[in-house]
Amino acid sequence: MSSLLNATLAELGAELAAKRVSSVELTRACLERIAALNAGLNAFITVDEARALADARRADERRGRGEAAALTGIPIAHKDIFCTRGMLTTCGSRMLANFVSPYDAHVIEQFDACGAVLLGKCNMDEFAMGSSSETSYYGPVRSPWDRGLVPGGSSGGSAVAVAGRMAPAATGTDTGGSIRQPAALTGVCGLKPTYGLVSRYGLVAFASSFDQAGPIAKSAADLAALMNVMAGFDARDSTSLERPKEDYARDLNPDLATLRIGLPKEYFGEGIEPGVRRAVEEAVRWFEAQGARAVPVELPNTELAVPVYYVLAPAEASSNLSRFDGVRYGHRAAQYADLADMYARTRAEGFGAEVKRRILVGTYVLSHGYYDAYYLQAQKLRRLVARDFAAAFERCDVIAGPTSPATAFAIGSKVDDPVQMYLNDIFTIPAPLAGLPALSIPCGFDGKGLPVGLQLTGPHFSEARLLGIAHRYQQASDWHLRVPSETPL
Amino acid sequence: MSRSGWEVVVGLETHTQLRTRSKVFSGASTAFGAAPNTQACAVDIALPGTLPVLNRAAVEHAIRFGLAVDAAINRRSVFARKNYFYPDLPKGYQISQYELPIVQGGELRIALEAGEKRVRLTRAHLEEDAGKSLHEDFHGMTGIDLNRAGTPLLEIVSEPDLRSAAEAVAYARALHALVVWIGICDGNMQEGSFRCDANVSVRRAGDARLGTRCEIKNLNSFRFLERAIEFEARRQIELLEEGGAVAQETRLYDPERDETRPMRTKEEAHDYRYFPDPDLMPLVVGEELIERLRADMPELPEARRKRFEREYALSQYESSLLTQSRAWADFFEALIKQLGGLQKLAASWMLGELSAALNRGGIDIEASPIDAERLAGLLKRVHDNTISGRAAKDVFEAMWNDRLEADAVIDARGLQQISDAGAIEKLVDEVLAANRRQVEDYRSGKERAFNALVGQVMKASRGKASPAQVNAVLRRRLARNE
Repeated sequence: MSSLLNATLAELGAELAAKRVSSVELTRACLERIAALNAGLNAFITVDEARALADARRADERRGRGEAAALTGIPIAHKDIFCTRGMLTTCGSRMLANFVSPYDAHVIEQFDACGAVLLGKCNMDEFAMGSSSETSYYGPVRSPWDRGLVPGGSSGGSAVAVAGRMAPAATGTDTGGSIRQPAALTGVCGLKPTYGLVSRYGLVAFASSFDQAGPIAKSAADLAALMNVMAGFDARDSTSLERPKEDYARDLNPDLATLRIGLPKEYFGEGIEPGVRRAVEEAVRWFEAQGARAVPVELPNTELAVPVYYVLAPAEASSNLSRFDGVRYGHRAAQYADLADMYARTRAEGFGAEVKRRILVGTYVLSHGYYDAYYLQAQKLRRLVARDFAAAFERCDVIAGPTSPATAFAIGSKVDDPVQMYLNDIFTIPAPLAGLPALSIPCGFDGKGLPVGLQLTGPHFSEARLLGIAHRYQQASDWHLRVPSETPL
Repeated sequence: MSRSGWEVVVGLETHTQLRTRSKVFSGASTAFGAAPNTQACAVDIALPGTLPVLNRAAVEHAIRFGLAVDAAINRRSVFARKNYFYPDLPKGYQISQYELPIVQGGELRIALEAGEKRVRLTRAHLEEDAGKSLHEDFHGMTGIDLNRAGTPLLEIVSEPDLRSAAEAVAYARALHALVVWIGICDGNMQEGSFRCDANVSVRRAGDARLGTRCEIKNLNSFRFLERAIEFEARRQIELLEEGGAVAQETRLYDPERDETRPMRTKEEAHDYRYFPDPDLMPLVVGEELIERLRADMPELPEARRKRFEREYALSQYESSLLTQSRAWADFFEALIKQLGGLQKLAASWMLGELSAALNRGGIDIEASPIDAERLAGLLKRVHDNTISGRAAKDVFEAMWNDRLEADAVIDARGLQQISDAGAIEKLVDEVLAANRRQVEDYRSGKERAFNALVGQVMKASRGKASPAQVNAVLRRRLARNE
């Protein structure tokens, strides 16, 4: 079974197709692994074994009827931000600790329709606000590389589920790096698609103009297989893009000799840990050895990305989170004097410190007298960041750099210093500001033996290209197959 | 109402509920009167993860309105979030249009005793309605009904061009008639389909600057609108005359006590933190859509009234009554089509018998038991003198009550006029012979005696003789015997 847990989706698909293993057996193996590891890693908030096994049985029956699709019978772990019918959907918050969704998110429906198994719901930073998965009401997620370290966030539970080999693949959401940064810090792969490719219907909103669901898995080829299920037009999301269905695995072996890799000087400056820089530069050299050309490019507004993001995302969040008022569902304070007191106590009790901080910031920047100076100004700068990318993509096909300036840090080390925490996102924030696709794949280890992520960012709709480039790299490396030291198979 | 030396200035914001089957951002039904919360879907109750999807029918209605008032239709408009907390506002924000509304400018012409007045419109924007808080039904608690949440509204904002409560009511009535006429609103004020907020201020006559205004919220009848503005203007004038100052505030009108009361002051006003809704793309309206809607626009009340005057030689009074609604105007034109003209006869019957009968029964003309075709059947018999005008009223009543055709009633009751000249002459001779005294009176110059003789002949004919014919024969006979 241990080899199954380390297998890629393509390998699992072949095993299932050949009936050398059933979905029930595979699901049971994952559940056993979760039972063994989750107490220590805290990657899952909800695991419904009965439901998972029922899904698996249905998948096996479907396969028996000869109706299996690509991911039929594959267990998938979902970030607890996706509404799941009949199941707790908490968003890592006390506010929703009692919320059983009456409907399925589009992403959940898509996996359900292809016969995937819903393995469980993953822990995360509260309402996806964080870069360390420490702000969850359900306690911090721990890194399988070192339980004293954070796995990154906000999709930390999903990344750890994959890195700890508890789930073959997982879903996450990325607003300012919440898929890519935890993928990098835990040594797995994560893709943030072009804004609008994956429906946000049923995804509990953090910052609507940034939020994008995407896959987390062990390899780029796996990400492509997951994207084939997740992406697609959905009329229930007005920002969903109406495009023909595409096969994200169609270009997994591109010619690297014509590739122009843009290297922004802003991504290789000060503040990057030497171990991170070394691993990323080595990866770039490998591409050069295959004939790719490294092109210096400039993204001059990179340093504005973090402040711009931390104005706009909280602004949207302050409004998105207004619905959590204790009136219709979710937490409501037990004692209150009047309506205003009910709101105040409910929200004071239901939200954690980081969520409150962002609601306050967002409320402030939208307030009368500050709107122009903060919100409008940030919108203008957002366009400048997008323009930087457009100019850079005139000269290169993809932009490469570190996903995160540093490898995983100690739990508790940055919680009291939000600005330090926010600066961690400096390389992941620009892509969502411009709505661009970006992925992170493992490209080595630093001196402490911690995984380093290589980020590739491309023009809109270049997912298949990015995945192909990453796949070529993974054909020649095994960083992505390394099992974390604390969770051996 | 206005005291000498003071001018009242009013602008109205009117919330018009758009006639669509589903809500403006969800697929839930907009039908009125369902059990609480049975017409509120996941989007309406703002479950986590739900998203708004714009209802195209609501957009088309907004464009129709813009075309009807000659406004600019913005090719790109933007939905914004208006943020505030209230239990019947499920998302904690209302989706509305703020900086870029779909309809901008335009004007509404209203008929006043002093003549026509043009009221400028500022804008009209799409937004969603909130739910309802039910404070009375639950002891010590408040119930929330979200059936209305997400109902499409067009908020129509006028410039402060109105100068009295009466003008405000005339504007509101004209606006109400227009939105019903063009089919974008059912106009049902009891159900809240048309509600006004009035911005009221006063100033010394001749003063160019506007006074400080108060906004009176949620006036859902023309009478309340009038009373509220009258009260508010009087209150402000008295305050200023006593040397006080008007505080800018939002007020509520209490119909029971016929007064306005403060709701919140300017200082207590919300900071709504408007910003573009990132869940909705900017609303882009194409030329083709506008042109298609323009081509489908019905003739508007104003134009139709003027055409009626011109084409059918009706008085302004008649034509304005006949264009009080599209249904009235359609009825009239259907009627004269059946009659092949006779517009004066048609108008007088519609505004006379028909109108009175509808009023008595409290029935809309759409539901009239006598439709245009059947009324035409009756008027044809009046026109060709088959029946007298007197008999026609009886026939109308029978048609109304028993849903019969005019000819069937006339036949059954034998109401055909006697038009045979010999028969009438015989009746006249008999009456003259039997009433020597009246004949003498007539001859000595008492014209009234003639009318009595006509009455006698009519009575003898049991109403079937044509009064005109009786008149003529009588005159002839009386002249001959002289």
